[in-house]
Amino acid sequence: MKVNKKDVEHVAALARLTFSSEELELYTEQFNDILDYINRLNEVDLENVEPTSHVQPLKNVLREDCAITSSTDLREAVLREAPAAEHGYFKVPPVIE
Amino acid sequence: MTAYEAAQSLQRREVSSQQLVKAVYERIEAVEPAVRGFITVLEQEKALAAASRADELLEKGQAPSPLTGIPMALKDNLCTSGIPTTCASRMLSDYRPPYDAFVAAKLQAAGTVLVGKTNMDEFAMGSSTENSAFHITLNPWDGERVPGGSSGGSAAVVAAGEAFFALGSDTGGSIRQPASLCGVVGLKPTYGNVSRYGLIAFASSLDQIGPLTRDVRDAALVLDIIAGHDARDSTSVPREKEHYADYLGKEVKGFKVALPVECFGEGLEKEIKDVVMQAVGKCAGLGVQMTEASVPSTKYALPAYYLVAPAEASSNLARYDGVQYGLSVRDEENLLSLYWSTRKQGFGAEVKRRIMLGTYALSSGYYDAYYLKALKMRTLIREEFVKLFKDHDFIVTPTSPTVAFKIGEQKDDPLTMYLNDIYTVTANLAGFPAISIPCGFVEGMPVGLQVIGRPFDEGRMLQFCYCLEDLLGIKGRLATIDIKEGK
Repeated sequence: MKVNKKDVEHVAALARLTFSSEELELYTEQFNDILDYINRLNEVDLENVEPTSHVQPLKNVLREDCAITSSTDLREAVLREAPAAEHGYFKVPPVIE
Repeated sequence: MTAYEAAQSLQRREVSSQQLVKAVYERIEAVEPAVRGFITVLEQEKALAAASRADELLEKGQAPSPLTGIPMALKDNLCTSGIPTTCASRMLSDYRPPYDAFVAAKLQAAGTVLVGKTNMDEFAMGSSTENSAFHITLNPWDGERVPGGSSGGSAAVVAAGEAFFALGSDTGGSIRQPASLCGVVGLKPTYGNVSRYGLIAFASSLDQIGPLTRDVRDAALVLDIIAGHDARDSTSVPREKEHYADYLGKEVKGFKVALPVECFGEGLEKEIKDVVMQAVGKCAGLGVQMTEASVPSTKYALPAYYLVAPAEASSNLARYDGVQYGLSVRDEENLLSLYWSTRKQGFGAEVKRRIMLGTYALSSGYYDAYYLKALKMRTLIREEFVKLFKDHDFIVTPTSPTVAFKIGEQKDDPLTMYLNDIYTVTANLAGFPAISIPCGFVEGMPVGLQVIGRPFDEGRMLQFCYCLEDLLGIKGRLATIDIKEGK
């Protein structure tokens, strides 16, 4: 299964990335090399194997369901790193026209 | 001098922490232009202030840990409150975290002294540190070669004497491979043994933080400080606190070691194989039983890894959208262009490649063909290793198929670069602890030997490596590293 430039462009859009035409071509070529290698997995019979998404036998690690009061200092420290903030909130470009 | 030896001098008050810090800064000034292992070196006054607090505690006999007063470095993907934490990315070049990573806080509470943040492949993606957005790092043993990666800066500064130890992170070999290439010890703990709180995420089900040190004892001492449960990392495993340093010096007679034939065959340079096998041969003298074994699934570990890791990365790196912190390119006033422009300018080529690969593997129509298959392969690999561990205590392999390669040699060929991780990714996929220790030299460049252990068996793994290190008798050579002038 080969991917073409159009596939790569589609994936880029999903990942919110943009590329020049030359970059797309290079990525398509490298993508196919890497996928060729990855396709070795098809040599293995995995039909009745359960997937492992996590190696530790931990399940549903929950904390107590109670509100934790955050400090305004902490909020200010976090917002100091924000590219744009106003009235204690992150500021973003208009979302609704 | 190892961190342990320096700490002994500190505790006897033959030297002060402030003197150690000054000596380290002199060393940094002398060799850093030829190593370039740091992204940020802290102001000396700050380090001296921390050292003076350590000295006070040492004077009163109240040192909070065996490493109180020891200068050290952290990989630049570990959050340090108010100190730049860049991940070697333009995306975070001005980022100053408002909090400390669990490990940074632990090391601070233990009285160690931070001197700098080390260079790495951008977002820990790479095996040579050439993917740093800022500069490359040179191998202290040969300035024309890479230090390995992604924790290449941490390995290089420890090898060059610019810090007594450093922390790195390991997703597919990022502690062990640079440790191997720079001739230091690198330990990736069991998944869940060290909290990932404050480690900037790459692939969350594989990432672990661990030490890079000058010898095995130092690795045990650092692990003693950073291991332990933390409720802020839901994958941190609650268990009784171990004392890893207590294992050192105990006998290893009767230990059973497996040598997987798959890791000594095709793709491994003959000279490397010879050096590793020589080291393995010496184990017989320890009363350790060595047997060949077969783990056919290891052949498929790398393809599985290069699906799982990019898939998790594509999800983790979705947060860099120019809204909450880091780079934000707002040339047009609309949301989509904010995302596109920020991510275009903020990420380097390898990071984009992995985000793309991961997005593809997770996208509709390909999930079953790629991602799900990789997760199933992960099960098979883990099962095979668990089976092997029924009759064996450890698995020994080379850490890397080659010694440090030349700068630029693999830069434009992603697949060749990925093959550097061929012996290391298995431990991440299965969650097992693994360590690389120096075992010899090929053409003057260090070679590493990898020991993989059972989950949470770091204690005995260190016990074994401590004996092996002693037997190999090359520990002394690490301290004599001299930076070639003019490179």
